Amino acid sequence: MTAETLSLSLQLSMPEIILAVGALALLMIGVFSGEKSAPTVTGLAVALLAVAGLWLIFMPADGEAYGGAFKLDPFARFMKVLALIGSLVAMIMSVGHARSEQLDRFEFPVLLVLSTLGMLLLISANDLIAFYLALELMSLALYVVAAINRDSLRSTEAGLKYFVLGALSSGMMLYGMSLVYGFTGNTGFDQIARVLSSETRHLGLVFGMVFVLAGACFKISAVPFHMWTPDVYEGAPTPVTAFFAAGPKVAAMAILVRIVSDAFLPIVADWRQIIVFVSIASMLLGSFAAIGQRNIKRLMAYSSIGHMGYALVGVAAGTESGVSGVTLYMAIYMVMTLGCFACIMAMRRKEGDSVENVDDLAGLASTKPFMAVVLTALMFSMAGIPPLAGFFAKYFVFVAAIEAKLYALAVIGVLTSVVGAYYYLRIVKLMWFDEAKGEFARISGELRLVFGLSGLFVTAYVLFGGPIGTAANAAAKSFF
Amino acid sequence: MTDWPILSTVTFLPLVGVLLLLLTREDGPYGRRNILNVSLFTTIFTFVVSLFIWFGFDNSNPGFQMVEKHAWLGTGISYHLGVDGISMLFVILTTFLMPFCVLASWESVQKRLKEYMIAFLLLEVVMVGVFVALDVVLFYVFFEATLIPMFVIIGVWGGKDRVYASYKFFLYTLLGSVLMMLAIIAMYWQAGTTDITELLKYGFPAGMQTWLWLACFAAFSVKMPMWPVHTWLPDAHVQAPTAGSVILAGVMLKLGGYGFVRFSLAMFPLASEYFAPFVFTLSVLAIIYTSLVAMMQVDIKKLIAYSSVAHMGYVTMGIFAANVQGLQGALFQMLSHGIVSGALFLCVGVVYDRLHTREIAAYGGLVNNMPKYAVAFMIFTMANVGLPGTSGFIGEFLTIIGVFRVNTWVALFAATGVILSASYALWLYRRVIFGALEKESLKALLDLSAREKLILYPLIAVTIFYGFYPAPIFDATRASVDLMVNNYSAALQAAKDLALNVH
Repeated sequence: MTAETLSLSLQLSMPEIILAVGALALLMIGVFSGEKSAPTVTGLAVALLAVAGLWLIFMPADGEAYGGAFKLDPFARFMKVLALIGSLVAMIMSVGHARSEQLDRFEFPVLLVLSTLGMLLLISANDLIAFYLALELMSLALYVVAAINRDSLRSTEAGLKYFVLGALSSGMMLYGMSLVYGFTGNTGFDQIARVLSSETRHLGLVFGMVFVLAGACFKISAVPFHMWTPDVYEGAPTPVTAFFAAGPKVAAMAILVRIVSDAFLPIVADWRQIIVFVSIASMLLGSFAAIGQRNIKRLMAYSSIGHMGYALVGVAAGTESGVSGVTLYMAIYMVMTLGCFACIMAMRRKEGDSVENVDDLAGLASTKPFMAVVLTALMFSMAGIPPLAGFFAKYFVFVAAIEAKLYALAVIGVLTSVVGAYYYLRIVKLMWFDEAKGEFARISGELRLVFGLSGLFVTAYVLFGGPIGTAANAAAKSFF
Repeated sequence: MTDWPILSTVTFLPLVGVLLLLLTREDGPYGRRNILNVSLFTTIFTFVVSLFIWFGFDNSNPGFQMVEKHAWLGTGISYHLGVDGISMLFVILTTFLMPFCVLASWESVQKRLKEYMIAFLLLEVVMVGVFVALDVVLFYVFFEATLIPMFVIIGVWGGKDRVYASYKFFLYTLLGSVLMMLAIIAMYWQAGTTDITELLKYGFPAGMQTWLWLACFAAFSVKMPMWPVHTWLPDAHVQAPTAGSVILAGVMLKLGGYGFVRFSLAMFPLASEYFAPFVFTLSVLAIIYTSLVAMMQVDIKKLIAYSSVAHMGYVTMGIFAANVQGLQGALFQMLSHGIVSGALFLCVGVVYDRLHTREIAAYGGLVNNMPKYAVAFMIFTMANVGLPGTSGFIGEFLTIIGVFRVNTWVALFAATGVILSASYALWLYRRVIFGALEKESLKALLDLSAREKLILYPLIAVTIFYGFYPAPIFDATRASVDLMVNNYSAALQAAKDLALNVH
């Protein structure tokens, strides 16, 4: 590697370098100034993420770095900004809960920054090895933060469950990667695509691809690799769950899109049937299994499984409009999810203990009208009712599905969205139709800000959503 | 007219009222008063402004008028508004009914008045939006958005089983509409545009028309509602507050009819021709079966709800007769039914506010102490039956003529519905109004208050005026209906010629 390519590589990966160096520095600060430094470290971590995000937005550069293992294109930039926003907001939301959830350790923000670094690398990964390393960097930090409340049985159980299943899926994926390498002789995505388009694909390669996709589907919690999601969502401290639901999903979906639209594009017929199956299964399970849930975090887990199913509808199309639809879907999904989790965190009794039962929202419209209005908008948006943002997310993925002639997928998708509407409506019903049983404590400013912004986003998307859609279109052009 | 965007103004004017309402407080001494005044003023002002659409409307122009078009969301979807003879009067109907809804809720709504009025004003925005939208996606956005405020209105301010009714309403109509969303996407994919004016000119291939027609039928038949997917309507009507029922019967059902005219008939003529016997069958079944069901109801609102389903049967029948009489009759019937059924629900509201029951058996002999009410109720009952001299007659008569030209048997069966509707409506009237005033609870009832007179008298005037002089309505709709019928027959002729050439 010459000095010139090295400096170019460094330039392209500057946000990652900022995060990596920053995380180490934060660790030093934390270690040397002890437990008291947690608020300072959190503040600095938020600043780090913000700097990395601003760098991505204001220093646009495209190209490949480190010998083609790292790729920065409009798609990567869009997804990275999303992942950074997700992590940043989740971190801000955790501040008010640091004490009650035992998150007031300086390791927590450092781990989140490291995990975010893993996400950024994952989004840019253009090589199987880079893919695997980035995924592990992201996941290892996630395993630890899931169990960060080490005195809580549920939290440690969540961490352990996530780790065991995550390790299994990583192992499967690694095996798949070795098969792909064995049958194509390459690890770089571009080279794999070149090999696949020039010769007929071997059955062993399909095996490898299935394993690789299974690993990615595990991270986005698509059926049948979703088993960990409800337990981890429920068990992990709520700020951690919010973090899980935002950035990592975006990053894992990004790499899934990249690997199928880049490395495996020549064998689209092979992976499309897998994605269609996973998508249908996720939509069905996400909508039916959520109906019986009483715990709102478990409900959100099933809801996110369903949403991943809808996003995969766009992936299954395997076209430019499909990728554009997925990109937009993930953006809108992330904003909605963060808003919902901000509301969930605001569910705290006056006595100070957090509640997680759906029924605790009863009568919210009379006790906390603003929060009720926002949560109502978010629920209708999640159900995909226009004119809210969630409708446009669904609309564009279904446009892609119809274009790709995946009629059955589209019909099943819209029908399950009606089933899904049922449980979102239940929350609206509780808030508006039922009588209040108790009142929640005063909501802290940062949570109010987060769900306020999220509510504004879903309602005002009809007016100002154009630039986001345009950016998603530009992002999709990276592949086709 | 000037190039002032009048359609956008009318559509979004109620939002100004919403903003004002957000600034008011409900708990102050004048809180209720302020909220009511703001809502009433907003709806009346919107109605007055909407009349300018009618004044500025050129009756001889069959195309879309007062068109506004702007790029929206940067994805080929446009913010495109316009009215033609078919949609214009529905806008007026919507804005006309809203002030009555506010007046009807003057005293009956006791809790959360502010949210109630906000929900109604938002509902007005999206309902007007449906009729003026000239982009299918925009149309769908407005069409679906009506569900949110209506769900809340039924669920929060409704009767005893309100939760069940609101769920049923929401999920039933959503299930129908999502299939239409796929049809819209498929239309976009085929024609490359979401612009309704372009799609009207675009001839979809015959095979595709069938599927698109079926998907749209799923949405509109539920909304209309047609037998056998009408079951959500009685529940929703019974549980909704009076004003909610008025809007449901007066405007929401017309969204389905409007959709049939604008999409099914105009864009898929071949499929409409193919499915016309199917629609006729369902319409006749609806007319006869739901009339019989209506006869046996013990709840006044439920009876009127079933009669709405029967009357919508005439509308669907008239639309798919696809000739000038049928279509004109269907449009007139929708407008007339909007006013008459709305008025009937308001009449029920009058006695419900006094006695808090809707059971027919609880009433009897009201004519003795409520003579004015008896007269008003009589006129609307007669209009519902379709007595000549009321607006109800003209629509029913024209739709039957229209369908007679296509299929005599359908006309024959549909005409029996007129007799059936007379029997259930008159029987209802007898049981509620006539007879001896024996029940203790009824003896103290007062006749119409000034506010109730203000609600019912204008509606009586409109009902009778259009019963004797329907010309203003027909003048407005004629050009567009002629154009649509001509396009329809031209499309059928073209398909026939093609088939002949092939053989």
